[in-house]
Amino acid sequence: MAESPTVQLSDRFGATQRRDFWWLQPLAVAIGLGLFAIYATLRAFQGHFYEWGPYLSPFYSPLIDPEHHWWPLSPAVLVLGGPLGFRTTCYYYRKAYYRAFFLDPAACAVGEARHNYGGETKFPLILQNVHRYFFYLSFVFLISLWYDAVRGFIWSGHFGAGVGSFILLINVALLTTYTLSCHSCRHMVGGNVDCYSCAKFGGARLSLWRRVTSLNEHHMLIAWTSLFFVAFTDLYVMLTAMGTIRDLRLF
Amino acid sequence: MAEAVLAVFRGTREGGTPVDYRVPIAPGMVVLDALHYIQGHLAPDLAVRWNCKAGRCGSCSAEVNGRPRLTCKTRLDSLPTDKTITVAPMKTFPLIKDLVTDVSWNYQVNKKIPAFSPRPGTDWKMSQADVDRAQEFRKCIECFLCQDVCHVLRDHQKQEHYAGPRFFVRVAGLEMHPLDNLSRIKSIKDQMGIGFCNITKCCTEVCPESIHITDNAIIPLKERVVDQFYDPLVWIARKFRRSGGT
Repeated sequence: MAESPTVQLSDRFGATQRRDFWWLQPLAVAIGLGLFAIYATLRAFQGHFYEWGPYLSPFYSPLIDPEHHWWPLSPAVLVLGGPLGFRTTCYYYRKAYYRAFFLDPAACAVGEARHNYGGETKFPLILQNVHRYFFYLSFVFLISLWYDAVRGFIWSGHFGAGVGSFILLINVALLTTYTLSCHSCRHMVGGNVDCYSCAKFGGARLSLWRRVTSLNEHHMLIAWTSLFFVAFTDLYVMLTAMGTIRDLRLF
Repeated sequence: MAEAVLAVFRGTREGGTPVDYRVPIAPGMVVLDALHYIQGHLAPDLAVRWNCKAGRCGSCSAEVNGRPRLTCKTRLDSLPTDKTITVAPMKTFPLIKDLVTDVSWNYQVNKKIPAFSPRPGTDWKMSQADVDRAQEFRKCIECFLCQDVCHVLRDHQKQEHYAGPRFFVRVAGLEMHPLDNLSRIKSIKDQMGIGFCNITKCCTEVCPESIHITDNAIIPLKERVVDQFYDPLVWIARKFRRSGGT
């Protein structure tokens, strides 16, 4: 029996007795979200190379005033607020960036910097409660993106497909899955019902709630996959438009 | 025989320090077995709270290698025994002695939650589909590991304003109960302080019963609070309804 050289857990920032690489996850998230934010900002303000043939970059959809009749900046700036708001207020991303950027907490059972913590009770974070409105708004974007994906199969009035057509299609499928797996969606389709056997359309709502729940269980995975794929789709359209790569016409 | 070294916190509120004990490893041994070995052979005055040793009573909560866990469900062979294993009391609660903490604050919070309130003349028949959700919450064994790891309590000491994940689980079970006739939504927002939760999911990570605390209890409750307090459309509809009625 001997006294251990370690001391009892202090309250200082980062203090923990954890032995695992607890810092790895917030670091990976910070890098992933940081890289996406930089790429998306640069591309949104670039205002060029966002369409080629029947392809339109998802960052610019719906395409508004591309000829700059009344809007002097990049058309993407007009539309990015919707998807950005939806992702920023998303319950999964909140967890991700509270941990990775706010370090609040960086990881479980790891000491935090002292500050006047208000959680989501005060401005501006109380605004996270508007998530469902971005959810409603996301359908406007999904309709536009589905239109673009279908348009990606129409070449000079004829049905056809290039590699980009399928990239656009996979992108909108992932974004739709991400939207439908949202916690607010889960609440609205049936989560707010206490008695399915008593409520109007209770059976249908229960069935719908179960389906959304099965998607919601993978919300994190879908969130990351759709995030990277939307960037990849934009990159594909940009490189094609720049002539750096050639879109392979399949049929 | 292989040995593990456990650095077990020894002390009281006035102060203390981890003390190293060498424990022979037996097949299937859990951390609580090792603590019992220490009590039986090396330090008979070691204070450890335990009861069932089967992961059902929720008494033996502690922090093993910095992670809140039930010591009776943490096998030694799941830990790197070539290094010293730290065993410390739950940080969030006041220390009594060694690994025993005073968790009575939780019982005070629990008393404030309005109990199950069926409407008069309730027909006591329920469809299984209606109670499926609430049954998950009944698995809670009140080990308070979720309360221990929750940074709102652990680091920000908001005990005065925030009930903690354990009680959101309880209240979710009541709110979603098909026969309950009471709304606790205002209390969830104002007294229980659900807005302090920033859904970082540590409670879910440590739950030994694998209850999806954040996804199935806290977020649905947050959404119900939004329904009642932060949904402008619902607010406008209510205003219209009220002005139409006067």
